[in-house]
Amino acid sequence: MKYFYQFKQAWNKSLSLRIIATTFAVSTVLVTIIGLVLVNRVSSGILTSKESSSITEASSAINEAQRVVVATDTGAGAPTLSVVVDTAVTALAVRAGQSGLYDVLFLASPEISKQGLPERGTNLVAENSVNDELKSRVALTDKLLWSYTKIIYLDGRSVPGLVVGAPIKINNVGTYSLFLLFPLDKEEETIGIIRSSVLATGIFLIFGLLILVWYLTRSVLAPVRKTANAAERLRMGLLNERVPVSGEDDLAKLAGSFNSMAASIQQQIGQLEKMSRMQKRFVSDVSHELRTPLTTVRMAADVLYESRDQYTGETARAAELLSTQIERFEILLSQLLEISRFDAGAADLSLTNVNIKNVIEKTAESLSNLLARQETPVVITGHAPDIEMDQRRIERVLRNLISNASEYGAGKPIEVEIGSDDDAIAIVVRDKGPGLKPGESSLVFNRFWRADPARARTTGGTGLGLAIALEDARLHSGWIDAWGAPGKGTMFRLTLPRVAQTAITKSPLPLGTGEDEKLEFDMSALQELFNVDTKSEN
Amino acid sequence: MARVLVVDDDQALSEMLGIVLRAEGFDALFCDDGSKAQGIFNEAKPDLVLLDLMLPGIDGIEVCRKIRAESGVPIVMLTARGDTLDIVKGLESGADDYIVKPFKPKELVARIKARLRKEDAKSESLIIGDLSIDVIGHSVKRDGKDISLTPLEFDLLLALARKPWQVYTREQLLTDVWHYRNPADTRLVNVHIQRLRSKVEHDPENPEIVMTVRGVGYKAGP
Repeated sequence: MKYFYQFKQAWNKSLSLRIIATTFAVSTVLVTIIGLVLVNRVSSGILTSKESSSITEASSAINEAQRVVVATDTGAGAPTLSVVVDTAVTALAVRAGQSGLYDVLFLASPEISKQGLPERGTNLVAENSVNDELKSRVALTDKLLWSYTKIIYLDGRSVPGLVVGAPIKINNVGTYSLFLLFPLDKEEETIGIIRSSVLATGIFLIFGLLILVWYLTRSVLAPVRKTANAAERLRMGLLNERVPVSGEDDLAKLAGSFNSMAASIQQQIGQLEKMSRMQKRFVSDVSHELRTPLTTVRMAADVLYESRDQYTGETARAAELLSTQIERFEILLSQLLEISRFDAGAADLSLTNVNIKNVIEKTAESLSNLLARQETPVVITGHAPDIEMDQRRIERVLRNLISNASEYGAGKPIEVEIGSDDDAIAIVVRDKGPGLKPGESSLVFNRFWRADPARARTTGGTGLGLAIALEDARLHSGWIDAWGAPGKGTMFRLTLPRVAQTAITKSPLPLGTGEDEKLEFDMSALQELFNVDTKSEN
Repeated sequence: MARVLVVDDDQALSEMLGIVLRAEGFDALFCDDGSKAQGIFNEAKPDLVLLDLMLPGIDGIEVCRKIRAESGVPIVMLTARGDTLDIVKGLESGADDYIVKPFKPKELVARIKARLRKEDAKSESLIIGDLSIDVIGHSVKRDGKDISLTPLEFDLLLALARKPWQVYTREQLLTDVWHYRNPADTRLVNVHIQRLRSKVEHDPENPEIVMTVRGVGYKAGP
């Protein structure tokens, strides 16, 4: 069974194995059929000609025998029966000659054979060379009868042969049967030689064909394999990879198309890289140019804020507003820059091996002021193995999720659950606040989206936090999704691959509860189906 | 009164920094050109340098390297870019600490004070490996010969030498040596451990004095 699977695997993997095996099977069947037909035709031709010459010879020999019997029997002083029989057999033996064209059996017919009548044969031919059926049929007919048989000699030899039989009438005695046995060993030998040469030719032909097919497959597949390898290297980022083009056949066309495709990809990637570099540069410049004056303004605002006691009420309030709004402006600026870094593809991961539970605890610790103010405890359950991640980014994601949960959680405990499977780990952050309205769970990640525009302005969120969190997760090849139902609270699930930057398809933890979860799942499955359909239409 | 040299080409920021520093009781000096920084530094002998990385003339990293070649005076970099590469380059060129714009004045002042703070030196002599540390004299000797360390490197070595049985995490070192109160960038520690090793180890590739404890942090050698 194990070998069968191995073979099946090799079969599916190797095109040349398939071609060679198919060629072998088909050519073996064809050669076998052709060989059988050929051998059959030739041997039946040989036997037919031998048969007709044998029967011609036999019929004249039998006529002569009948003549000899009649002549001997009617002579003066009628001889004994054994003399008659001997004379006839001798005459036939002389006729057959030294070459042994045939052997003779001269037998009494079955109905008179019990009487101890003389029977004769030549060259030690055994009487049972002729089967009983032929013997009895010959006795009842007056024509020539023939059939194939095995000639058996008394010394044990036996050869294939043709037996021709006819009745001979002897006066006063009854009917004798004369059988001429023509050995076919020469013909058999010839047919054997033909058969073995056909077999040898067939085998030679099959092997020749296999070698030819193997060579052809190789010469066709080698460039294909070369191109496949080049494509693989191209995928790994070796954009200078090309394949050599020789000749003008289809394979050369393949190589040529591959090369021009590679060149076009290289050019486009180059262009994208250039754009990304420019964007990166721009972001960096903007960042620098904005940050220096912002630092000055921030310090000035702080100086004013520190000495606000010296001003009258409204001026003092202005100093306060200046200070808090500059802080908000700063956060917004840094988040915008972060987003634009993601958009430019300029964000990179600095991976370290970290235990997610520690990260969560650390994050909750750093948020302890906020959590205490909202009077929201955080309950962490479950655990997961250490994985490689960019700790700064994941901390930022968790800080965002937990502070959101505390903000919308209406003071009820925030549940943080950790789960893992072979490929991924997941963190679900759940609050038990009013919950998202239907349809909002996909909107929350939109930039500047707010659940309640009137309310959120006062809490100081920028509206970019979840968008950045999603980008951070995606950078790890993971994702964040949200679930919520009115009155049941909100859940955010962060899923990360255990091996950084490998694709994962499912999360170890479920999102949502009970029936809603199922509904959500069906919806997304439907949506996926729909997406696939629209894609294939395009 | 401690003197702080502010090397920054943005006049408004320099002026603002001056206001904040004077309010905190520092004496502020200014330089708006990288190529002049070295001269002013030698002339004024400041106790600390605030150095912007982007400067006309020669850039901040080069200025930092030049000052560090002659003096162990604390250098705090001002950087507008949170880019890893810039920060690491700055630290490797000899800066003791960095602060990313925009920063709060209090934060800046705290960093400056932390760098200027002198340990209450007791007459104390420590041995770590084949090094002897004289705490009052702020000097480290091997076989009677002085090894020149910056104050920060000295503090780092001292922290490890005082508790040779303890493994310090990077966060702990940030608190004990840099006097950070909030968790900060542990690259600071990595870079300075490398610099310290290059000065005190026989073979920085196989450290015997400042040992790495994998996955945890650092400890003094046996």
